[in-house]
Amino acid sequence: MSNLIELSDIQFSWLPSQPPIIDIPKLTIKRGERIFISGDSGSGKSTLLSLIGGVNLPQSGSISVIDKPLHTLGNAQRDLFRADHIGFIFQIFNLIPYLSVIDNVTLPCFFSKKRKQNIQQSSLEDEAIRLLSDLRLTGDIIYKPVTQLSTGQQQRVAAARALMGKPELIIADEPTSSLDTDRRADFINLLFEECDHQDTTLLFVSHDKALESLFHHTISLADINQAATVEDF
Amino acid sequence: MLFMFQLTLKSIKNRKFTAILTTLTIALSVCLLIGVQKIRYEAKNSFTNTISGTDLIVGARSGSIQLLLYSVFRIGNATNNLSWESYLDIQQNRKVKWAVPLSLGDSHKGFRVLGTRATYFEHYLYQGDKALEFTQGKPFKGVFDAVIGAEVAKKLGYQLQDNIVISHGAGEISFSKHDNMPFTVTGILKKTGTPVDQTIHVSLSAIEAIHVGWESGASPRHKISAEQALKQDLAPKTITAVMLGLHRKHSIFSVMRSVNEYPEEPLLAIMPGIALQELWQLVGVAEQALLVISGFVVLTGLMGMLTVILSSLNERRREMAILRSVGARPWQIATLLVSEAFIFTLLGILFGIGLLYGLLWILQPWMFDQFGLYMPMTFMHSDALWVLLSILCMGLVIGLIPGYRAYKTTLTDGLTIKV
Repeated sequence: MSNLIELSDIQFSWLPSQPPIIDIPKLTIKRGERIFISGDSGSGKSTLLSLIGGVNLPQSGSISVIDKPLHTLGNAQRDLFRADHIGFIFQIFNLIPYLSVIDNVTLPCFFSKKRKQNIQQSSLEDEAIRLLSDLRLTGDIIYKPVTQLSTGQQQRVAAARALMGKPELIIADEPTSSLDTDRRADFINLLFEECDHQDTTLLFVSHDKALESLFHHTISLADINQAATVEDF
Repeated sequence: MLFMFQLTLKSIKNRKFTAILTTLTIALSVCLLIGVQKIRYEAKNSFTNTISGTDLIVGARSGSIQLLLYSVFRIGNATNNLSWESYLDIQQNRKVKWAVPLSLGDSHKGFRVLGTRATYFEHYLYQGDKALEFTQGKPFKGVFDAVIGAEVAKKLGYQLQDNIVISHGAGEISFSKHDNMPFTVTGILKKTGTPVDQTIHVSLSAIEAIHVGWESGASPRHKISAEQALKQDLAPKTITAVMLGLHRKHSIFSVMRSVNEYPEEPLLAIMPGIALQELWQLVGVAEQALLVISGFVVLTGLMGMLTVILSSLNERRREMAILRSVGARPWQIATLLVSEAFIFTLLGILFGIGLLYGLLWILQPWMFDQFGLYMPMTFMHSDALWVLLSILCMGLVIGLIPGYRAYKTTLTDGLTIKV
């Protein structure tokens, strides 16, 4: 398996005058892997994700995602790269309130030609319906406004949207934290099935160690991040 | 781009209540502005077309606006009259096609009485080529026949064959009445929206007849009867003004010069169209002010929109972050807000136009009735279109402000917002 993400000698701080909060000599993630990233809150998990997603650039070192060194890309190119290759799921408030379920799911295809092209066999709507039914959302519900959905349903819609157009990477930042404990494993298993189906790599961030056993690998941020003293902020 | 526009529409639909209010604010202000413009245009149009088809108006020498005011609008009095001989001289000028004498000075219950000839009803035109029409009856024939304007008939409730008594002088309350010689209404004119509506028309001989024995200027001790008056020579000695029609338009200036240089007595000839324009400029200051005020009202409407959009920005930060996380570029998010301002302004303008024409449709008869102002439902003239276009552009430019703020916010917020 080839590497999807390669980080080497990364240093990052929000302000140049402050000491780095991310200092990672090396990290590689292989294509198709399901990685659990654990760490206490404030340990720099979200910052790491923003670096991999190309939202922020490190002060030094290099990050390659799908063989693309992010620091060689300008802001607009990184935006486009992210839209084409990465799907995001966040803890809460993932959905546009004034769009229906199905419109929320098809949204990424309007911002990325590539993800639209990745859906060759069927229309956008059919693909969205397939993803939603794989995530156990069927029937009238998919034409309803998202505000009528439960939190669990909303998170599955968010997952369907992240998977829409077969991006190579999905970054999930605490997506289960707002769910009941007994629903968390269900959600993750559905996500796994679909990632396998689409050959999508999954980066899953959580502080909930109970979920760790479900994943191929765990990366403990405390182990790889050499920015030793992490302040709570 | 098109997709962002559709997204904006859906987003606005989600905030129906504020959206409708914002649009309504703009619609009302736009309606006011183009309404004022329309009234201005139509009022000026109808005012400057109070009299048409008359090439020159001649009176004793005074100011041109004064001459216009008393001869056409029946406002104020002539300081001097012109002699009947002068009238005959002017009439005999080869360039003059027709001449209608006007004699003013008496009134009836506040309405002015105009002594003239029956040809007045053919030659007086207004709004370009509209001639006077009779709703009932016909022009005066006998000495004591009177033709009344639509407003006179309506206000005083007169009908054909009613008798009226003319008062001496122009005041509403007059103590000296020509009650020895009552007149009979023989014709009622159709409403024109001009001062004709407020005029009582009688023959020149009638004016002479009622003033037999009044040569000293005061009421005679022994009033004579109508029969006695008719036996007198009723040829007029003086008149107030003359309406002239010429054979050819281009001889206006030479006729004007010959009138102004008339050796027998000091006279003045004016072109009514020009004098009306001058007069309009005098009264036009108020309507200019009105236009400026409605311009500010539109500005207020747009500022209201800006406030609404800006204050929605904070609660929409989450929405913008979500859009960003599914791949929207910051400029696309800015587009979302600029097109929102554009949609509000466009809808406001369209509603404003609809509102104006709806109001016009309802109020048209009433405005003509009350103010003699005819407001045709014609398409807007190019001035108004330019104004609307610039309002739309202003809406767009104003939309750039929240657009820029959203652009900055999305850059600092990134994909998640830190609440």
